[in-house]
Amino acid sequence: MIARVLAALGAVAAVTAPLWVANPYHLHVLIMAGIFTILALSLNLLLGYTGQLSLGHAAFFGIGAYTSALLTMPPLEWSFWVALPAAALAAGLAGWAIGRLALKLRGAYFVLVTISFAGVISLVSVNWMELTNGPLGIPGVPAPSVGPWTLRTKTAYWYLVLAMAVLAYLVCRRLVYSRLGRALVALRENEPLAESVGIDGTHYLVLAAVVSAAMAGVGGSLYAHYTRFVSPEVFLFSYTVTMVIMVIAGGQGTLAGPVVGALLFTALPEALREAMAWQWQLLAYGVVLIVCVFFLPRGIVPTVTGAARPAWTEGGLFKTRRGSGSRE
Amino acid sequence: MEQLLQHLVNGLVLGGTYALLGIGLTLIFGLMSVVNFAHGEFYTLGAYAAFAALALAGLPFFLALLAAIAVGALLGALTERALLRPLRGHSIDTIMLVMIGVWIAMQNAELLAWGGVARSIPHPFPTAPFTLGPLNIAPLRLFVVVTAAALIALAWLLIQKTRLGTAMRATFQDRDTAALMGVSIGRIHTITFAFGSALAAAAGALLGPVFLAYPSMGDLASLKAFSVVILGGLGNLAGATLGGLLLGIAEELGAGYVSSGYRDAVGFVAIILVLLFRPAGLFARAERIG
Repeated sequence: MIARVLAALGAVAAVTAPLWVANPYHLHVLIMAGIFTILALSLNLLLGYTGQLSLGHAAFFGIGAYTSALLTMPPLEWSFWVALPAAALAAGLAGWAIGRLALKLRGAYFVLVTISFAGVISLVSVNWMELTNGPLGIPGVPAPSVGPWTLRTKTAYWYLVLAMAVLAYLVCRRLVYSRLGRALVALRENEPLAESVGIDGTHYLVLAAVVSAAMAGVGGSLYAHYTRFVSPEVFLFSYTVTMVIMVIAGGQGTLAGPVVGALLFTALPEALREAMAWQWQLLAYGVVLIVCVFFLPRGIVPTVTGAARPAWTEGGLFKTRRGSGSRE
Repeated sequence: MEQLLQHLVNGLVLGGTYALLGIGLTLIFGLMSVVNFAHGEFYTLGAYAAFAALALAGLPFFLALLAAIAVGALLGALTERALLRPLRGHSIDTIMLVMIGVWIAMQNAELLAWGGVARSIPHPFPTAPFTLGPLNIAPLRLFVVVTAAALIALAWLLIQKTRLGTAMRATFQDRDTAALMGVSIGRIHTITFAFGSALAAAAGALLGPVFLAYPSMGDLASLKAFSVVILGGLGNLAGATLGGLLLGIAEELGAGYVSSGYRDAVGFVAIILVLLFRPAGLFARAERIG
């Protein structure tokens, strides 16, 4: 009940935000929070529901950003509304390739392959001058337009981002409560048992990777057309770190967790911007991650709502080791 | 041909330090089941410790190297006692998250302490290279590869020939039985982590003067260490040594003959290919130390 009231209040606040957020800079922060909500939801599909940590998620974000930017720029000059799904498709394809290759592996090995993939893609973006203009990046990415109107104002862009974030949330919700979601949770909790009742582990994990990557691609496209500029910085590891913190602190394996995490970890650094330099923020992210593992292993949302799943003992990344002497 | 030989020599210099990094990581990975994403940060720490000792305190080069190793060992031991010991028995993924946290925190602490500017570490060696037939090698690089080789030999002796090494190998093979035989597992873990971190710091102090010291230098170092461990197979010391040399040479050849922009891609591609096609490592028969 309380959760519903909170959600309703949140929805009203989000829809009316441009009316009461007077400072355009604060609206900018909200837009970034919306984009990061999409990214955190996307990472949560993999990390929270399959228990596999992708430390290369910035690659899918970056692929989406570059795809969308390149398609809407000369010589192609496609519409944003075509480029956005194309960005999702390109990132999804990359997710499929990585999923097919890497999801034979689990845990640390999966992490390493995703990091390496992001490293290679980032090097390509720096070195393939003809396509990406190298480290200088691509300026002048056009703003999306609807009929005769161009979404240049922050208010207009806020509604676009809000709509996409809601869509991303609904997609996640639909997936999690479907056969796919149940299969993923079963695999996360006990893979051999799940496979013994006929769940094809790799198939479902690849599916989750594709959807997750495509959503990150959408986030990338929205980012590119908002900042109107793409450079190899979109592949920065700090984007991945931010997503991981949002999911872990917010509550992995819950639908509301990444949303809360994204809002909190976009708003908090902005609120503290005056008080501390950005290096302190990233330092604090590292500490927050450690503190979360020790003291808040389930994340904020499950701890506050008291959800039933005992994540510390069973869930995804927090499985206890079987025998102390066992070795894979 | 002469160019090829020159690339091979440069590759050996790089490979020697990669082997140091890899040996440290493979010990920690193999013995403690800790996926140490902070490994490269100890490499950074070593480079900055050497910088502080040389440029600020004015110590001789050799003492600076020792200071870097000591700082690495000390902070490694602290990290193990404070963060890893309480989590012993938790899943490998939980511990991995903590180490990712340590990685981020340490890197940004370095950034705060030293600023984002790359610093060159002074060294006492003449810059004029030794010439050996068609080959040129800078005295500093020669020192790096010789010291790296000495440290690798020392690590090998420690693990193969001492009581402590025997206890480490026993813990690696079967933790519970080793504990029953009177090995203090907690102590072995602390020593292993400190030792691995010290090797990483040594690599940083050695390679720092060759290149530059900057706060994010550890990211690539971590990934290279992981490539080396994966090439050589988990917990395989000889494999890590060979893997390090192999990676160093492959990078030099890749940078020389393909494209210098893609130098760092060699390690990434090696990780992906080996994990997919030979996950036990290139040289693996069975997983064991030594």
